Amino acid sequence: MTAYIIRRLLMALLVLFLVTLIVFFVIRLLPGDPLLIFVAQSQTSGSMSMKEVEHLRVEFGLDKPILVQYVRWIWGILHGDLGMSINYHEDVGKLMLERFPVTLYLGMSAFILSGVLGILLGLVAALRRGTWIDTLATTFANVGVTVPVFWLGLLLIYFFGLKLGWLPIAGYTSPFDNLWLSIRKAVMPVICLSIVGLAMNARQMRSSVLEVAQQDYVRTAWSKGLRERVIVLRHILKNSLIPVITLLGIGVGFVFAGSVLVETVFAIPGVGRLLVTSVFAQDYVVVQSGTLVIAVIIMVSNLIVDISYGWLDPRIRYG
Amino acid sequence: MSEQETIITGAAEAPPPVSEWKRFRRVFFQRKLVIFGLVVLMMMAFTAIFANWLAPHNPYRGNLADSLLQPCWKYPLGTDVLGKDTLSRLIYGSRTAFMVGFITVGIAAVIGVSLGLLAGYLGGLANMIIMRCMDALMCFPMLLLALVIAAVLGGGIQNVIIALSVATVPGYARVMHGITLSVRENDYILAEEAMGAGNVRTMLRHVLPNSLPPMIVLITLQLGMLILAEASLSFLGIGIEPPGAAWGSMVADGYQYLLTNPVLSFAPGLTIMLVVFAFNMVGDGLRDALDPRLRGLL
Repeated sequence: MTAYIIRRLLMALLVLFLVTLIVFFVIRLLPGDPLLIFVAQSQTSGSMSMKEVEHLRVEFGLDKPILVQYVRWIWGILHGDLGMSINYHEDVGKLMLERFPVTLYLGMSAFILSGVLGILLGLVAALRRGTWIDTLATTFANVGVTVPVFWLGLLLIYFFGLKLGWLPIAGYTSPFDNLWLSIRKAVMPVICLSIVGLAMNARQMRSSVLEVAQQDYVRTAWSKGLRERVIVLRHILKNSLIPVITLLGIGVGFVFAGSVLVETVFAIPGVGRLLVTSVFAQDYVVVQSGTLVIAVIIMVSNLIVDISYGWLDPRIRYG
Repeated sequence: MSEQETIITGAAEAPPPVSEWKRFRRVFFQRKLVIFGLVVLMMMAFTAIFANWLAPHNPYRGNLADSLLQPCWKYPLGTDVLGKDTLSRLIYGSRTAFMVGFITVGIAAVIGVSLGLLAGYLGGLANMIIMRCMDALMCFPMLLLALVIAAVLGGGIQNVIIALSVATVPGYARVMHGITLSVRENDYILAEEAMGAGNVRTMLRHVLPNSLPPMIVLITLQLGMLILAEASLSFLGIGIEPPGAAWGSMVADGYQYLLTNPVLSFAPGLTIMLVVFAFNMVGDGLRDALDPRLRGLL
């Protein structure tokens, strides 16, 4: 097991290096001078002379060769310095830290909701195969993976916000400031963030349970006269969860991808919205560091999935 | 019941030999939802191809006097703020969606399959480099990567296609890599090599054909996901330039008029869902019909 973990970690380090390369060079080698775009956008506050532009270029280190810039970027990140936003004139680390709790709060809620509900839904559907419950759950799962998240947001806003007036249609309140308002504001975004993951988990869980239920050891358990509850909890649930865990890892990615859309729809000041704003403002420092942070989070969750997979299923770590 | 058992009992009863094509058709057309998906896709393809004839109005130029009309006889789905007919824009939007979907799948599948094949066949360092690069690309959520690339390259439909291709290549590479490794284990590959066949011949004659069924399934399912991703990008404002029609940007444009003209946002969203659902159903049907492990069970 230790050897397996070490091998995985080494691989992860290599992938991490490649991730930084992709982030940096995709953003920097493609055409477009970030500084000129920035200057053009800030024209309203008086025009800048070429001299000032050059001064800014030196200030942001954009006059150095690209490899030097890369090394400086990595060096900074290793020291906790994510760089200076061109657009906000603020430290990117600070910008991210302000917004991260928002995305994390909504994202974690959605992640837990999609995990628990998805697994339950899939389990029930498989155990009651062919009944109306199964039909309902399967239909829901099939439709759930096809819903455009941003459109679902509008639909919810229309019905629950505008027509019925039950929920506030936009914004974010910290649960520490006003718990009730915070929950009311979080309901619709969390539904949007969780729907795809929930549907995928339910689908995977259903087929996984159906497969496990056919195994010999489950038949033995039945023939021993065990009660259904015991068989489901002890024999079926545990083994059928293994493939679902992979999906949970992918679910972390969905939460972040979803936050880009959901935070835009509901005007939530989170990391997703920061990235969208920065992409349009061509604020390459924020995009670069923000994308890297998200990629690293996803990489780490994949790593955890891989290792727990090896722990749950010994066939994998010796394979 | 174990797989072994099924095979044995199946052999004992010795069913009359059924042609592969017949079995495929039987399983594929078995489920009503698959047929539904197929019909939807055929209708959508028809719409996209004959958009010029089918659209009742000009999708790009509206009549300002008819701004923000509710659905009526002249405009079955109402009009937007510039008086453009929603139905006509939906019809033309199918062109955008299908074009992005098919071109992206084409590019990504060719590149991904080649990379996966090379990595799986050459092994060693090449395998290491290619597959770790794919792992690295997979650390980015598809939408985020596409957003960043599209933003750097600027708007425009061709950049959306490039961005989505880059984001989907790893999926194909991984599947192809797995198939290549498992096909290589077969004895007939050993025999082929013993007879002096080169790498290229083995790859093209044996590995590639074996990968066709799972690839067809993957491509079908990916088409739905790509149309969804294209819609998401155009919702955020990246993609086809106005006045061009894309479903995602139609949803975004309708946002302001949600209370008075909800159909402006609802109609394109429903269309996206219908198309993605259709692709998923057909993909599921293809998987059931093509998966050799299910042979004899369905």
